Amino acid sequence: MKFAVVVFPGSNSDVDAYYAASRVVGAEAVLVWHKDTDLAGADAVILPGGFAHGDYLRTGAIARFSPIMGPVKAFADRGGPVIGICNGFQVLLEAGMLPGAMVRNRGIKFVSGHVRVRVEQTDTPFSAACSTGQVLRLPIAHGEGNYFADPDVLADLEAHRQVVFRYVDEQGQPSASGNPNGSLNNIAGLCNRGRNVVGLMPHPERACEAALGSDDGRVVLASVGLALAAGGRG
Amino acid sequence: MRARVYVTLKPSVFDPQGRVVADALLSLGYEDVQDVRQGKFFDLELSDTNPEAAKARVTEMADKLLANPVIESYRVEVLA
Repeated sequence: MKFAVVVFPGSNSDVDAYYAASRVVGAEAVLVWHKDTDLAGADAVILPGGFAHGDYLRTGAIARFSPIMGPVKAFADRGGPVIGICNGFQVLLEAGMLPGAMVRNRGIKFVSGHVRVRVEQTDTPFSAACSTGQVLRLPIAHGEGNYFADPDVLADLEAHRQVVFRYVDEQGQPSASGNPNGSLNNIAGLCNRGRNVVGLMPHPERACEAALGSDDGRVVLASVGLALAAGGRG
Repeated sequence: MRARVYVTLKPSVFDPQGRVVADALLSLGYEDVQDVRQGKFFDLELSDTNPEAAKARVTEMADKLLANPVIESYRVEVLA
């Protein structure tokens, strides 16, 4: 079991993801530079958080053209598990690997803190070890995490159970008060139709040991091993 | 030859920055302000000399990179 963590110029959660995959989950992990042209034989790919290419133009807009994105797309097309976390989620959206887009947080401000997300679907490689309805306490840190999609795209996402994680309040309800950024339908994470590509705005890799305030995030990356063992490679 | 590309959020997308600017104008006493939509433009210097070819090229650039068609619309102007 081997994770490839893609490093873009401006990534800042790459080493956190590498640490979580290798030291916490106990998998093999390798850092892959954005100009590399292969994924070093990895079984799963992480596009980490940060500010790839300075977030110039739009978040993720330049990163989607990095040379490594060709192999990442090909890997995803073969059913390989790919997760984009925070800025990595934005890259997946810009690359068209997930539907919709991120716009400026509804409250304008950069938001940083812990939120609650409810696991809506467990048949993805990044939620397989969760139980449906489980609430995870995870940190967020973003200025553009306000998920937007046209109404028909949104209806399609819900119809095909592609919303994997939803922001909820203390009562576990997807209310406005539990929504930190204005995301439509309280969407915190979603998957593609093939269910192998997942985008997640909160940072599970920053919440994988009790010393970090929460170890709820551990289950996200730990899910991959379970999914692969169950033949979830698609 | 120069071209300018205007990029704005689609009307269906809420523009929090524009809303804040509108609120600031209202608080300055400009009570006639109904709404503000914030956008951006790009000025491109091109080696093309044919305006039609330039417009086609720049439209392609806007589609591919300068705008995100999911949330933004754009308008291309070719300047002399």
